[in-house]
Amino acid sequence: MSHTADTPGAITRRQLFRRIGLTALVAGPAAGLLNACATSGGGAAPAASGSAAATSAANPLGVDPTKPLEVVIFKGGLGDEYATQVHQPMYKKMYPQAEIKHVATQQIAQTLQPRFASGDVPDMISNAGADLMDEGALVAEGQLLDLTPLFEAPSLDDPSKKVRETLLPGTVEAGMIQGKPYVLKYVTSTYGMWYDANLFQEKGWTPPKTFDEFKAFCETAKSAGIVPYAYAGKNAAYYQYWMILISAAKIGGNEVLVNIDNLADGAWTAEPVRQAAAAWAEIGPYMGKSFEGLIHTEVQTRQNQGKIAFYPSGSWLENEQKSNTPPNFAYAIAPTPSVTASDKMPYEAIRVAPGENYIVPAQAKNPQGGLEYLRIMLSKEGARGFTEKSGNFTVVMGATDGLELSPGNKSVAEAQKAAGQNIVTHSLFETWYKELETELRKQTNALMFGRISADEFCEKMQAAADKTKNDDSIVKQQRSI
Amino acid sequence: MRHGKYPFIIGFLAAPLILYVVFVISPYLQAFYIALTDWRGITATPNFTGLDNFARLLEDEVFWAAVRHHIVLLVAMPLLTIAIALFFAYLLNLGGGSRGGRMNGVAGSTFYRVVFFFPQVLAVAIVGVLFQAIYRPDESGVINGVLARFGIEPIGWLTNPDIALWSIIGVMVWQAVGFYVVLFSAGMSAIPKDVFEAAALDGAGRIRMFFSITLPLLWDTLQVGWVYLGIAAFDGFALVQVLSVDRGGPDNATTVLPLEIWRNAFNFSKYGYASAMGVALFFMTITFAVLTLRVTRRERIEY
Repeated sequence: MSHTADTPGAITRRQLFRRIGLTALVAGPAAGLLNACATSGGGAAPAASGSAAATSAANPLGVDPTKPLEVVIFKGGLGDEYATQVHQPMYKKMYPQAEIKHVATQQIAQTLQPRFASGDVPDMISNAGADLMDEGALVAEGQLLDLTPLFEAPSLDDPSKKVRETLLPGTVEAGMIQGKPYVLKYVTSTYGMWYDANLFQEKGWTPPKTFDEFKAFCETAKSAGIVPYAYAGKNAAYYQYWMILISAAKIGGNEVLVNIDNLADGAWTAEPVRQAAAAWAEIGPYMGKSFEGLIHTEVQTRQNQGKIAFYPSGSWLENEQKSNTPPNFAYAIAPTPSVTASDKMPYEAIRVAPGENYIVPAQAKNPQGGLEYLRIMLSKEGARGFTEKSGNFTVVMGATDGLELSPGNKSVAEAQKAAGQNIVTHSLFETWYKELETELRKQTNALMFGRISADEFCEKMQAAADKTKNDDSIVKQQRSI
Repeated sequence: MRHGKYPFIIGFLAAPLILYVVFVISPYLQAFYIALTDWRGITATPNFTGLDNFARLLEDEVFWAAVRHHIVLLVAMPLLTIAIALFFAYLLNLGGGSRGGRMNGVAGSTFYRVVFFFPQVLAVAIVGVLFQAIYRPDESGVINGVLARFGIEPIGWLTNPDIALWSIIGVMVWQAVGFYVVLFSAGMSAIPKDVFEAAALDGAGRIRMFFSITLPLLWDTLQVGWVYLGIAAFDGFALVQVLSVDRGGPDNATTVLPLEIWRNAFNFSKYGYASAMGVALFFMTITFAVLTLRVTRRERIEY
């Protein structure tokens, strides 16, 4: 603030002009700053990917045992102990000469975007969190390694089986972009409405099975002085749009969600989406307006304090809240209630989706090491260790047999058993088309806090989807299941 | 002596000039170039797409929402800040009336002067977090907690689309006022005291003295203040990012251009498009600065 030193009355027009010119330049477009370091490396060719060592039965991916390995882990709800205390020691045991560099961050994109631009990339990345890298863009620019060799390689536990045969069905497909598996989705998350089993038992409540029961439940809870249902509008509107999408799929079947991902004409104005939005819009007023201004940890904490009955979320919630959960609080999951009597899927249907993305950059210095690291993660020992450290299930079949489960995880296992084959599918538009996802957050808040009707919600989302479809700068994706 | 002048000047100017060109001018020029490409931030070779990004801007309703908010900010923020700062500065310097032939501030003015400056020392991020607690939408919020004692329902300061932007403007004004109180105080103390004494002898009251003497003699300072505040109105990123619902919401009601630039660059990996917004913001800022100087140009009053 150098200008305070001058006597303002003595500033001449000329001085002022000069100062304004400078200030305008400094305070002007932030883009100038953003780009400061971006194009300077214009001519730098990406580092050549490391050459593979000879493959053998013990080393099917051709890892050079002397090459260092750099692993970047998103340190969020899952922590990073599973990497430092389970997977990295396993790698070190197999390749004692390899030096492992571990990087933990909460801001994947800010940390890695400049490194991608300059060609200096790590060998394995857990791409997660609110600021993850756009995988569609990475594939379009040839920055991701096709993981087919990993899925075709023999499993660490049983060399007669391929890695893909040891995983839950659909795992490989869930990570496909433009028809190739570029992403390993490692964790299975189960989505639904979470409640405190002890509180419900004490009050004599049971989770509602239809929306009529749900509304009656809301009245009961409200008169007991408990907010019946709530999510955090300030930064977690996606928790709520999951519930709307799950309801839509229950009404009209999984093809409703596949159509949305494929940007099919009228996917958002389809009757099941409209009915789901209308049903949830009736629950919105029970939250009270103030929840639009709260963040998810605030709402989660209130549930732990017994002030909220249902909270929409995924199966990571119990682990994420571990330090804030009182000892008498027992997490349990309930599926979303049925909307109509003629829903295509029964009440028990629940969304179980592979999530938590792990990728290997194509320009990595040790891509074979990155693939091998993933193969270690997909072994039974690696998966078991992950579940123990992070409290979440993996896509590796049978890895948790005999493990002592927490109340929430036990409830998830029971809900999955009850659902049987009635599994609501995942949504891929969330990572494929982030602008569409951003719009869905906005419109979900507007719907749930009573500013727009279900019809307007559908029309606005359809308009946003059409805009994405007609934007030729966005690479389009397709899925069939 | 004279022949050594140019090496001397060049020697002193070269280093800062080079730094300025490398770290300020060249990123700007690059931004102009990137705005004409579809660069996604992850390769070294963007495709040239001409004015495509600018054509998209014209159809982008979020961009226009942000522009509208800058216009509101541009009018409301400087007006409120300057009005409040002038009022306080006048009270601090001249509001106490004349005593023994000298104009004085109200009692305790040295104390207030320090207190007013407090917000200026706080980082914007801290101010944002502070106001999260003040504007909290339920009764645990500072303002809503007070209202609740009078039986008034909690107000959604940041969740109601009609008032969210004004709540954020309120924070900006709160933060800026102290600095302008100090600036205007300095300006007022430069005005010769005998002008006020003469006016007092002629029977002018405080209000008359303010409008007929203080304001005209302070015009240059006001002009500086207006331009600085106007340029601040083109920012607002940090406060909107920290305070608003869903970053710029509800329903785009609080979004600003720097936030949309950030979102397009870091969330959508659309660096080309973000740069186009940056270029638009650059021209808006320049236009504002030039217009303000034209409109507020006046004859200087000599004293």
